[in-house]
Amino acid sequence: MNKQKKSFVSELLHNQMIIPIAAILLLVIFNLISDPSFFAIKLTHNNLGNPILSGNLISVIDFGSELAILAIGMTLVTAASGGQDISVGAGVAIAGSLIFKILRGNENTPAELHAPIILAFLAACLAGMACGAFNGVLVAIFKIQPMVATLILFTAGRSIASWINMNANIVINDQTFAIFGGFIPGIPVPTPVFIAILCIIVAFLVLKFTNLGLYTQAVGINESSSRLNGLNTTLIKWVTFVILGLCVAVVSLIKVSRTGQLNYNGIAKNIEMDAILAVALGGNALSGGKFNLGASILGAYAIQFLTTTLLKLKISSEALPAYKAVVVILLVVISAPTVREKLSRMANKMKSKKS
Amino acid sequence: MNKKLVIGLTAAMAMGAMGAANVMAEDLIYVGIINNDPSESGYRDANDRDLKATFCEENGYEADFFYSMDNDEQQSAAKQMIQDGVDYLLLSAAGTAGWEGVLQDAADNEVGVILFDRVIDADESMYAASIVSDMAKEGDTAVEWLAAQGLEEYNIIHIQGHMGSAAQIGRSAAVDKAVEENDNWNIVAQQTADWDGEQAQQIVQAAIDAGDSFNVIYAENDGMAKGAADALDKANISHGVDGDVIIMGFDCNTWALEELLAGNWNYDGQCNPFQSSYIDEVIQKLEAGEEIEEKTIIMDEKGFDAATITEEDVATYGI
Amino acid sequence: MLENSVLEMRGIEKVFPGVRALQGVDFTLRKGEIHALMGENGAGKSTLIKVLTGVYAKDGGEIYLEGHDKPVHIKSPQDAQNVGISTVYQEITLCPNLSVAENMYIGRTKGVYQNWIKMNEDAKKQLESLRIPAEPTQQLGSCSIAVQQMVAIARAVDADCKVLILDEPTSSLDDQEVQKLFGLMRELKARGVGIIFVTHFLDQVYEVCDRITVLRDGQLVGEYEIQDLPRVQLVSKMLGKEMDDLSSIKDTSAEQQPIDEKEPVFEIYGLSSTAAVNPFDIKIRKGEVNGFTGLLGSGRSECVRAIFGADPVTSGKVVKNGKEVKIKTPIQAMKMGIGYLPEDRKVDGIIGDLSVRENIILALQVLKGFFHPFTKAQAYAFADEYIKLLDIKTASADTPIKSLSGGNQQKVILARWLLTHPEYLILDEPTRGIDIGTKTDIQKLVLKLASEGMSITFISSEIDEMLRTCDRLLVVRDRKVVGELSGADLNQNKVMSTIAGGESNE
Repeated sequence: MNKQKKSFVSELLHNQMIIPIAAILLLVIFNLISDPSFFAIKLTHNNLGNPILSGNLISVIDFGSELAILAIGMTLVTAASGGQDISVGAGVAIAGSLIFKILRGNENTPAELHAPIILAFLAACLAGMACGAFNGVLVAIFKIQPMVATLILFTAGRSIASWINMNANIVINDQTFAIFGGFIPGIPVPTPVFIAILCIIVAFLVLKFTNLGLYTQAVGINESSSRLNGLNTTLIKWVTFVILGLCVAVVSLIKVSRTGQLNYNGIAKNIEMDAILAVALGGNALSGGKFNLGASILGAYAIQFLTTTLLKLKISSEALPAYKAVVVILLVVISAPTVREKLSRMANKMKSKKS
Repeated sequence: MNKKLVIGLTAAMAMGAMGAANVMAEDLIYVGIINNDPSESGYRDANDRDLKATFCEENGYEADFFYSMDNDEQQSAAKQMIQDGVDYLLLSAAGTAGWEGVLQDAADNEVGVILFDRVIDADESMYAASIVSDMAKEGDTAVEWLAAQGLEEYNIIHIQGHMGSAAQIGRSAAVDKAVEENDNWNIVAQQTADWDGEQAQQIVQAAIDAGDSFNVIYAENDGMAKGAADALDKANISHGVDGDVIIMGFDCNTWALEELLAGNWNYDGQCNPFQSSYIDEVIQKLEAGEEIEEKTIIMDEKGFDAATITEEDVATYGI
Repeated sequence: MLENSVLEMRGIEKVFPGVRALQGVDFTLRKGEIHALMGENGAGKSTLIKVLTGVYAKDGGEIYLEGHDKPVHIKSPQDAQNVGISTVYQEITLCPNLSVAENMYIGRTKGVYQNWIKMNEDAKKQLESLRIPAEPTQQLGSCSIAVQQMVAIARAVDADCKVLILDEPTSSLDDQEVQKLFGLMRELKARGVGIIFVTHFLDQVYEVCDRITVLRDGQLVGEYEIQDLPRVQLVSKMLGKEMDDLSSIKDTSAEQQPIDEKEPVFEIYGLSSTAAVNPFDIKIRKGEVNGFTGLLGSGRSECVRAIFGADPVTSGKVVKNGKEVKIKTPIQAMKMGIGYLPEDRKVDGIIGDLSVRENIILALQVLKGFFHPFTKAQAYAFADEYIKLLDIKTASADTPIKSLSGGNQQKVILARWLLTHPEYLILDEPTRGIDIGTKTDIQKLVLKLASEGMSITFISSEIDEMLRTCDRLLVVRDRKVVGELSGADLNQNKVMSTIAGGESNE
């Protein structure tokens, strides 16, 4: 009996999912103590008379959508290449800029859309995947370290984004276009939540019905060995970057739709860092290899939970980064394998002392 | 890519200009313009277009342009321009430090230096004039307007720009002062959205979720004001003229002024990017041998009220 | 503590989830002796050593060291160093791009500053006294593997070393190099260092050791004076059963048809690769076991890598069943029914963090295609089948392969290729660094597969192992295939002389 319990505790501590779940639980407990009304969810109507749900929890799953989608691609890139793509924010700017370019015609504040949204979105997908393909070629074929390779687009991407629209200051106030970052009339749950769920489902289906998971992990753990098992390691690494590019395109649609404007230098700023953090928080090794997609996605929502909590606490702007840093350090330290090892040993000892 | 293109074009233009300068040197005033990259912001883009429109052959100017957000690159370009024999160097510096060498070079070659938009660490005697926006004044103008609205109580969500930037410091100071001095002025939330509309949306959403009551949104640029307005729309909180919440923005983007015209927002403060007429005036004075009495020239900057704004204002002042 | 002993381990216990890896094991090491630690894979040798060197925390028992009144607690490899226990592992863990002297001293000096001149002088003295043929300033990578190994030992035995652990130090050395190493070991023994020697080579044990401790299934079998324990008994103690005569395993295949009459499956002409191997021809016949033999570095591995497309192929053609086929990459080779168990298990074979199950199904899965993954149930069925068939010792099919012992890892790789049911299987050093029991199992399996019609290429550093298994041997010397031996020529002398390049090889 006792032995069983022991192994249950240590097994729990060894499960990757425990870290992001623990992070979320910590934040939940903190909010329960500081102000239980944090969890209130209200059904109201927006200015167009459509029902919507609002509340902090809704904000978490709403604004966490982009990060969750990016975490999918970032996890795969990390697993296969053992590095991270730091150009995703710039990629979002490029894809978003292209969406605006196609929708706006030549006007800065178009009264109506000049092209179907689906066309703009497909173009964004192509742009996002092209960015990913570019990064992927540098990493997979030229064997440049991912951080260095993606530094190129990280630096140049936002200039490219503003060049696409000749730096025009565009605002698109179109109710159909606003759906993707807002609400579908009659459905009170924010659209980004559905988009994120859709992406997550697709990702899991792909992992279930293809060998993407096995191949990326094999390549990330031992490239030489993978090659001798008939895998095209170059192609596999490249594909993960293209997949991330697709995630970037989806995120760009949500982002530009949310406020109908595009700030070339501000959109999705530093989102790459949060996406990488989500992967780390999910307990995945940033040096590549084995991964747990679910844990990364939970990690993404944990980060948004933290952001929303800090916003709710109305921490002053100057102190905000410091608070975030402290919490992140805590979470990452707790999630470090050595610390987990110690914790599980301590748990075992306490159990054996009791008996 | 954009930047490289621009630099390349600039180089090509400079070569052409040198040829032209030889022929028409008598007639044209040769100016070298060093600016930040237009892709930096809508403000910078409007500023660049304004400069290009003024400093052209029709107005009696020959102009070289150089764009960079890097201080060192700007300085080496400035030295090059001085060597190329410009008459005036127009400068919007990326950083405040390290310009002594350039200014000395300019003085030695009798090149007049006119600063615009940004100031640098240097003695006033080293340059001819400095044309700047007064961000603090922009804030004061906006807060004065707000005070004139005569609300019983002011519960403000204050959305700040990138912390530490000149615009943020100037525009925040006025609010902080008013809140300190008046008992009926309260801050509901004061957070940075880093000039980004979506982050502003999240800040206002958080305030709504927390059930806070507020009646003013003071956003330090138009994009953030729009993000805030989107969050209000979502919660069906009315805003603008006759609305429950007053929305204030800055920068006078054309679309933002149109929001004012439609009554969706209440106030937009100008950050004047149109310095070229002031610069032109200074150059003409210097050419005529006149003295510049006050070297620091602060531009007129307006604040627009939704109640009084006209179509013409939108066309004239929108960027 | 007993008189004369430098180390005593008493009642050592170590438990892993699901396994009692060590059950009350005792071990005694005397001053100035070379003590062999023997056992099959999974017997607990590595675990015992890891407990001693602080890599694992023990769950029970005590460790006594000379000069310490109380039991010592070794919590980390650093602790072990500090009390005078040094280890040299099978894989060299030094930095090949630093000099010999740097490798010997770096990280061991307490201060911030390094006196380079003194360091080089000290290194020179140390190297000379141990008769290691290396210059202090020479780059380590430019030394032979054996010398690198010796430098690693020189680093380990610096100053106050009482216990030296050598974990499979000879597995990548040739005979001459092994002799040099033994010279060094005897030198250290004379200085009073106690040496724990872990190896799979029985000859070496009997050549150099004074005592043997045998472990089996995590328990102590016994400690013996070398002269009291004949080889056959040692092996039977390790296996825990009366042993099959190793030399008898080929009996089943004694009555075979002359190999030339078997039909060729693959005909290879003028094949060469970027790994600098001269073009060679070979016919792979149905149901035969052939072998490439030669000294380490002769190019025997490069030959088979070229056949599998593991290194970019530069010339040559491959004919399968009379039709010319293209094999430039591993996947093309696999589709042609070729399997390849690589020489370097760690670098080219295992996918360390993946489970035994995933490692087993990998090659077949790749053949099946990206869009057709096996279901969990199928994968488990495959894994379980081969775990049972090859008697792979693992807690479960979900255990990461890296936590298995070397021999069991090798069996997993073997299972991976058997699962693809290849027509032609290349086994490059399948028996290196694994225990006798597994070695025999693998040799038996090779013969069984050949009798079922599979063509096999078998490579081993141990010539007698090759002679026992192969019908035909290709001898490789200096990156050239220099001879082919079969029938009556398959004897130790002939092979040796061909490898050495004597006059009789033409």
